[in-house]
Amino acid sequence: MMPVFSWASLSPALPELFLVMLGMVMVLAGLSQSEGAARSLCRVAIGGFALALMMLLGVNWDSAPVMNGMFVMDHFAGFMKLLILLGLMAAVALSVRYLEQEEIDRFEYPILIVFAGLGMMLMVSAHNLLAMYVGLELQSLSLYVLAAFRRNHSKSSEAGMKYFVLGALASGMLLFGASLVYGYTGALGFDAISHALAGGKAGAGLVIGLVFLLVGLAFKVSAVPFHMWTPDVYEGAPTSVTALFAIVPKIAAMGLLMRLLTEPFGSIMPEWQQVVWVLSLASMAVGAFAGLVQNNIKRLLAYSSIGNMGYALVGVAAGTASGMGAVILYLAIYMIMAAGTFGIVLSMRRGGRAYEDIEDLSGLSRTNPLMAWTLAFLMFSMSGIPPLAGFFGKLFIFQAAIASQFYVLAVLGVLCSVVAAYYYLRVIKVMFFDDPLDALDSDLGFSLRAVVFLSIAFVLFFIFSPDTLVETSRNAAAALFAG
Amino acid sequence: MEILAVFTPLLGFLLAFLFGKQMGDRGAQFVTCAGMSVAAFVSVVLFFDVVFDSDPRTIQLATWMTAGDFSVNWALRVDQLAAVMICVVNIVSACVHFYSIGYMAHDSCRARFMSYLSLFTFAMLMLVTSDNLLQLFFGWEGVGVASYLLIGFWNHKHSANAAAVKAFIVNRMGDFGLALGVMSAFVIFGSVQFDAMFEKAPELAEVNFMFMGHSVHALTLICLLLFIGACGKSAQLGLHTWLPDAMEGPTPVSALIHAATMVTAGVFLVARMSPVFEYAPFALEVVTVVGALTAFVAATIGLTQFDIKRVIAYSTMSQLGYMFFALGVSAYGAAIFHLMTHAFFKALLFLGAGSVIHAMSDEQDMRNMGGIWKLIPTTYVLMWIGSLALAGIPFFAGYYSKDIILESAFAAHSGAGEFAYWMGIAAALMTAFYSWRLIFMTFHGAPRADEHVMAHVHESPPVMISSLIILATGAIFAGALFYEPFVAGDTGGHEGLQIISHEIEIEREVEAPVVEEEHEENIWNRFGFWGESLKVLPEHDTLAAAHHVPEWVKLLPTFMGVLGIFLAWVLYIKRAGVATRIAAVAGPLHRLFFHKWYFDELYETLFVRNAWRIGRAFSLKGDKQIIDGYGPDGIAAWSQRVASGIGRLQTGCLYHYAFAMVAGLFGIVTWFFLRAGF
Repeated sequence: MMPVFSWASLSPALPELFLVMLGMVMVLAGLSQSEGAARSLCRVAIGGFALALMMLLGVNWDSAPVMNGMFVMDHFAGFMKLLILLGLMAAVALSVRYLEQEEIDRFEYPILIVFAGLGMMLMVSAHNLLAMYVGLELQSLSLYVLAAFRRNHSKSSEAGMKYFVLGALASGMLLFGASLVYGYTGALGFDAISHALAGGKAGAGLVIGLVFLLVGLAFKVSAVPFHMWTPDVYEGAPTSVTALFAIVPKIAAMGLLMRLLTEPFGSIMPEWQQVVWVLSLASMAVGAFAGLVQNNIKRLLAYSSIGNMGYALVGVAAGTASGMGAVILYLAIYMIMAAGTFGIVLSMRRGGRAYEDIEDLSGLSRTNPLMAWTLAFLMFSMSGIPPLAGFFGKLFIFQAAIASQFYVLAVLGVLCSVVAAYYYLRVIKVMFFDDPLDALDSDLGFSLRAVVFLSIAFVLFFIFSPDTLVETSRNAAAALFAG
Repeated sequence: MEILAVFTPLLGFLLAFLFGKQMGDRGAQFVTCAGMSVAAFVSVVLFFDVVFDSDPRTIQLATWMTAGDFSVNWALRVDQLAAVMICVVNIVSACVHFYSIGYMAHDSCRARFMSYLSLFTFAMLMLVTSDNLLQLFFGWEGVGVASYLLIGFWNHKHSANAAAVKAFIVNRMGDFGLALGVMSAFVIFGSVQFDAMFEKAPELAEVNFMFMGHSVHALTLICLLLFIGACGKSAQLGLHTWLPDAMEGPTPVSALIHAATMVTAGVFLVARMSPVFEYAPFALEVVTVVGALTAFVAATIGLTQFDIKRVIAYSTMSQLGYMFFALGVSAYGAAIFHLMTHAFFKALLFLGAGSVIHAMSDEQDMRNMGGIWKLIPTTYVLMWIGSLALAGIPFFAGYYSKDIILESAFAAHSGAGEFAYWMGIAAALMTAFYSWRLIFMTFHGAPRADEHVMAHVHESPPVMISSLIILATGAIFAGALFYEPFVAGDTGGHEGLQIISHEIEIEREVEAPVVEEEHEENIWNRFGFWGESLKVLPEHDTLAAAHHVPEWVKLLPTFMGVLGIFLAWVLYIKRAGVATRIAAVAGPLHRLFFHKWYFDELYETLFVRNAWRIGRAFSLKGDKQIIDGYGPDGIAAWSQRVASGIGRLQTGCLYHYAFAMVAGLFGIVTWFFLRAGF
């Protein structure tokens, strides 16, 4: 019997529905407008995200799954969407001027971001393997195009191509895994899978299906050894897109991963913990060591993001509510630090040209002390030096790991963070102790300044009131374990 | 009052050290000198209070640390012994403070110098007023640090830095012994509080202590370890090499630290621990022999040195030897008495020498002096007074104290005592000889300095001379005048009688045996004076026995002193030049003495070079190659290699990336298959 359809039942998905409309309206508006469309549409996108954010705060965060159990809106999804929307706003805000400076200010850019955002929000709300796939693909396809957005630039096209091909491979693995899971449980809905697995021992086919699913998602969060695309794509894509990549999709993918592992596959936790353990350690190690020899700051940040996802996976491996809460907190803090850092990377311009090497920051402390100090604090925070925000992110992660008796992982993680500290500190050393180069261009846009300012303020002052964010993250994670 | 006596120097130090720049040199000098004057005045009052009212006391200040059974307090134990020491320290220190105003007038860091002097004084006071071994150790190390800072005060001079380091390291050797002594005392007594230890000492007299498989007499072990500490600080033979080098410091420092006070810390320590030493006869014998040897060896070296300060330094060492063998024959009172008189006349000699050096434009070599006595008559007279006291010429301070020491040693009727007596007699002869050698070479004969220097010779400013006069008063009267209330007599019968003949004095000294009950109420005898602070077993009471020694024993030291002066006069005035010929005839012996018995060379070959060699080996091989090589540098290099390895994997080729993904997938699947055996 088909359930009776009512519009009211769709209310938990109000922000998503709004974004769908917004995207379509923007397409029409973009086609009808010729000059300066990108700039105004970027503003529309930011405004739209802000509206969606308000709707998000308005909807019920404790509602039952809708659309035949495809879509769920719980505290976890709500908080992740909050982060995603904030990240998207920051990413668009950082882009506005850059697009004009690089002459890639085409109206598709904000529209693609809106659709990518829609995909991400669907990902964290997905409650069915198919819904999950649809959200993931919507996001990925938008991002492939964005990576290749500077299409007359070979590196950008190459980045888009690599991302697309490898992403297709990962999607294939994901789908194959989903089909295996369906074959062994006869279900696609998360609740049904969880029900089928309850009590019973997982068979080989199901475990392999889970492994394929995990691999597909590991690609999205760029966990080692499925990370190889990251440095190339980060380097090749336009910097504003790189900033987007670093800030938002990781949150969505990690959110999806957490929901997938705890809700349908919560009963076979020991199986996936092993996989996550390995992914996490490998990511932390590669992120730390490979970053040592990078000269391009975008590649450096790519390895930094690989390493940071490794730390987040430590919390996932812990498999407890406090572990997941720590992951959410970590992602939030990382997102804010990355936004600030990319704000500075985006302003590395001299005479209208963008520079991307670490050496280009030489002596920044003398030519632009404010920027140098900001980046220095961001780098200190990334390397986890108290009392900056980044320290607390790592602290809660390792606390959770210790509580779940993952001692080896915690110790190795701390050691990796010591190694990684080298390249963060190297940036500071270059800025403060090397001979100054010519001053950077000073005409930064207002929106970029605002993002960097908010980011550094958060990093510096998080210690004074950490409780709100910590508690919210814990509540969000608790929603995963409620069912 | 006790607090005022001890902590005013600390206050002076803090003010001068922290705010020296703000208040300027004048301010710093005023603050420290005022602090010392107050402390000196209060300590004299305290002396009368404690000694004449026979009122020893201990003031608890605070708990320092408590750990299990181990509990230590900050406390001021002001008994008779401590009161004497406080007086000596504060008075001499005050004189030196005032003297320094004049002596250091041309130095650029006067505030720092004054603050260090005050710091030293405070540390020394903490040492002597401690009521437990640990606080004593604190003061002990404190004076060590202050001494280091002051020896190396002219840190632009390489030799001064080297001397400071040497003093510190040699003292560490002794301190190590002291620390071990404190620890073993805790093991055996279960406490480091003096009272508790002294109470238990008689019961533990027969206890043995297992040490590295050997059974050792416990108290002897403790005493010997403590004595090693005392040797270091008091420059006894073996650990004495730092003292002469310490003369690199400014002369006031030499006077205060390396003559009058710090070097007597070892003497004080043994006297303070007398209730324990009394039960360790073997340790006492060791103390006697080492003291006697030190007195003799130092005197022989003093005969041949040309640096005016070094001559006095070796004389200090020799006099410390006297004090130690006095301790060794249980004549603790005599040792402390000599400590006090010595503090006055040795500080006087040093400051007088400083005055000469000041006059001679910083010349220290006696071969470049001579014929200046008419130019600086006051200094000349003061030096005579100091030397007369040092040589033990009747009625000067040193005469009383040195003679009673020698008589006690003779009266001990033990092999060690006999040995000490003859060594002491020989040293007395040499003491007189080198003292007058110093006076004759410095003040008499033809001027050997160049005209420029001679033209510049001038008497020191009043602020320096007045300090010298205070000390000279002490050097003349401390023996006789101070001696009477110190030791014997009774207020009613002997008022106004100050200088009496030697024999009567000695009889009065010994007529009050320590242990006789009927004298207890009488505070005017030795027993009453020292109260509980010194302990002598009846069978060790050599001071009583010193009363019965033959007449020649008493006269011999004085005779030797006069003979020494006469010989010096013959060799350096009557027939100048004979000395050089004698030195040539007795070549090997002269060289032995002149090179300080080759102690420095011996240590250089045995310890210093080997230590350098081991140090270099550890530094180059151990630290740079192994620790750095495999540690920081090695790990860093390895990280770089790993990083470039991972970098090489990042080929940029799509199929490599895809391969990595598939390989990873297969790896994980394989892992599950192998583990679960599906």
